[in-house]
Amino acid sequence: MSASVKEKVIEIIAEQAVLEVSDIKLDASLEDLGIDSLGLVESIFAIEEAFDISVPFNANEPSESEFDISSVSAIIGAVEKLVAEQKA
Amino acid sequence: MRRVVITGQGTINALATSSGETFEAFREGRCGIGPLDIRDVDRLAIQIGGQVHGYDPQQEFNRQEISLYDRFTQFTLHAAREAIGQSGLSFSGDLAAQSGVILGTSGGGLNTQDENYRAVYEEGKNRVHPFVVPKLMNNAAASHVSMQYNLKGPSFTVATACASSNHAMGQAFNFIRSGMATVMITGGSESMLCFGGVKAWEGLRVMSKDACRPFSANRNGMVQGEGAAIFVMEDYAHAKARGAEILAEVIGFAMTSDASDIVMPSRQGAARAISGAMKDAKIHPSEVGYINAHGTGTAANDKTECAAVSDAFGSHADNLMISSTKSMHGHVIGGTGAIELLACIMALRDGIIAPTVNYEEPDPECALDVVPNEAREAKVDVVLSNAFAFGGLNAVLALKRV
Repeated sequence: MSASVKEKVIEIIAEQAVLEVSDIKLDASLEDLGIDSLGLVESIFAIEEAFDISVPFNANEPSESEFDISSVSAIIGAVEKLVAEQKA
Repeated sequence: MRRVVITGQGTINALATSSGETFEAFREGRCGIGPLDIRDVDRLAIQIGGQVHGYDPQQEFNRQEISLYDRFTQFTLHAAREAIGQSGLSFSGDLAAQSGVILGTSGGGLNTQDENYRAVYEEGKNRVHPFVVPKLMNNAAASHVSMQYNLKGPSFTVATACASSNHAMGQAFNFIRSGMATVMITGGSESMLCFGGVKAWEGLRVMSKDACRPFSANRNGMVQGEGAAIFVMEDYAHAKARGAEILAEVIGFAMTSDASDIVMPSRQGAARAISGAMKDAKIHPSEVGYINAHGTGTAANDKTECAAVSDAFGSHADNLMISSTKSMHGHVIGGTGAIELLACIMALRDGIIAPTVNYEEPDPECALDVVPNEAREAKVDVVLSNAFAFGGLNAVLALKRV
């Protein structure tokens, strides 16, 4: 994974979780980090703004969205994919 | 305490431009949701809605009126004309002084705001029309109804998001019940289907891109609608004395606050409002035959609402019918409770329960009789109408057949 995407995503998640960047483990889920549904929607908005991408995500069916939010590393992977697709 | 009855009803919504045609659509289980026809729709991720069709403001209002009436005011006046016409009332002297208007809306003149922000920010104009403020204010619709029909008693507007019109109708009910008014014009209106209105909702990521499917396991969000419904509530003795046709009796109302989360609904808050309305109406839960659900079609609302109904009714929850007409007219936000009250009146008067359309898959978390897809004939004596707003503000009305 590219360092810049990884760092930026972790920064966004850390801010939302009110934690230090160093406290964000890659295998942690958002729930582990104490991020609720509103926090998730806000994080996705911050990601869209930071990378100028559009993230397909419907809060009614998070598990069916193409955007994998199961862990921090999954989110980083999904953002990298979207950046590659949408900047192509 | 006085008894309170409904002696007039009127509406305009995605299904129809009158109450009679709306009942027909409810009976047929028709869906009024379709592609949005609004400016810049191509820049929206959500492109469907329950938009009003077959309505031409030029046919109903003159040029001066249109310059003062935002779309939500136009909808209100359209519906009020039908409702007050049906009631046969005219207001003068003491009756005018004892009659007022309480309406619900969430966004008020949102189209007016959208158009004028666009003019000054996007188009760089430095001048707006002189009537922007009186056109966009939330109480514009209530004030125009009061002016048009000479209603000089207690009048104001309630804004509690998706519960606005239930809160408004609950106030109107209590004003008459307590003797503070003889007749109240009440209900609600909303016209949020403009670029800014839909864009704001998109942000929350709770909107469906394809359909509103309340209680169905494959539901994927809410769909916005627009429109209004207006009712004439009247002191029973007054209505009886003048030989008015009584459509239904309003027998109870309760409101609660979750005091917990700005968007997530609370099972306890909703259950307390439902139980409160039954207590206020002095009825036993087993008397309730039908509930018009809040039923937004979001994952969160529908399962919380079903759990709340189970809490409030116990085993009787399995005997009653509960449907969401939002599946047909969309979520009309501050006007939605008023439009949904029409389905309650239809249930009581005509013995026909409006269905929950677009229902495809049972959800074990919503295991109640949601009257899927087809209207049903059933005699019911008492009905409830639920509204649960963002901000955790809940309002439930109880009605009875007369």
